[in-house]
Amino acid sequence: MSTEKSMQLATIMTQYESALLEGWLSGLMARLLRRDKSAEAELRQQAARFLPMVVQALEKGNGNIDIEAAAWDEVRHALTEISQARVRQGFSSIETASFIFSLKDPLFQYLRTALADNPMLLIDETAATSSLFDRLGLFTVEVYQKTREQVILRQQQELLELSTPVVQLWEGVLALPLIGTLDSARTQVVMENLLQKIVETSASIAIIDITGVPTVDTLVAQHLLKTIAAARLMGADCIISGIRPQIAQTIVHLGVNLDDVVTKANLADAFLVALKRTGSTISKPKSAD
Amino acid sequence: MERIPILRIGRLLLVTIQVDMHDRLAMTLQDDLTTRIVKDRATGVLIDISALDIVDSFIGRMISNTAAMARVLDARTVLVGMQPAVAITLVELGLTLEGVKTALNVERGLALLEREEE
Repeated sequence: MSTEKSMQLATIMTQYESALLEGWLSGLMARLLRRDKSAEAELRQQAARFLPMVVQALEKGNGNIDIEAAAWDEVRHALTEISQARVRQGFSSIETASFIFSLKDPLFQYLRTALADNPMLLIDETAATSSLFDRLGLFTVEVYQKTREQVILRQQQELLELSTPVVQLWEGVLALPLIGTLDSARTQVVMENLLQKIVETSASIAIIDITGVPTVDTLVAQHLLKTIAAARLMGADCIISGIRPQIAQTIVHLGVNLDDVVTKANLADAFLVALKRTGSTISKPKSAD
Repeated sequence: MERIPILRIGRLLLVTIQVDMHDRLAMTLQDDLTTRIVKDRATGVLIDISALDIVDSFIGRMISNTAAMARVLDARTVLVGMQPAVAITLVELGLTLEGVKTALNVERGLALLEREEE
């Protein structure tokens, strides 16, 4: 008897189904960190749905425990759903995997009871069962990880879009408050957003505010200069504002050439320059007295 | 032979490039433009590239050279209507067209030239 097949498992699982479920659930509950009524109910429902599925898959596949086979489609699908739901609920990978692994203990116990008079068969069946549930468990972890990676990827994308807004301050004046480190990918997004907005609003001046940029090294400076050059090709001038004292020191020490760019210490000053260039003025209303 | 039309507006010349440029066409344009600047006593040239989706290093250089030639003939050149994607490509190619004035569209370019006239 190879470990690739298990003829007895389905029979035993059907025979002791309710007892198995109770044993499994008590094992699951013991490991459950957050205990509340809804979690317990959900767990019970998932477990009760899962057991018959495994039995069915075993019967359909004629005892085959290769979970990549078509007979296991339904089980894989259910596990994927459970795993994905757990990622969303913030379970750890161990908690997710133990959903499968905690079924092993009660199963072995009933295997022993059922096959007590045939030790050789018991060993074979135990090995096959163990192998099957290891595979299922690993599958769960794999899905868990993939789902997590998707979440991370989506967050990265959202961060990229969130952190590069282009706002219109005045007619013909745009502001681009940069937050976080500028790398090549972000510079590309920033550049595209800025140029698109220049076309949309037909702005002639863009203020790039780097108050939120933690460090400016030669690479970041180069990215900034690229953005400015691209804006200039579209006929818009750029002003860099929000340069902190430390950043000013770093820029000079690094020998970055910002001679051709208008730089201001804060956004307010830059805005005044922009207003003057566009020919607008702001004045305080004269007080009554 | 294919030619790029040069329109006169007062003492300004307007060149709208709407077809893909190749060597021959570029040389013809430079030839025509310099001739017209002298003939019409133009003081400004507007080159509109809003219809161009692709600008390679060759066209970039051609525009730079044309602007330099116009300057020698005492006419200022303004490049107008560059597409965002084109601007990004040129910057990535390292062609920032120093010495060429730029504007968002023909209207802005005209205003820029008129302002300089005063």
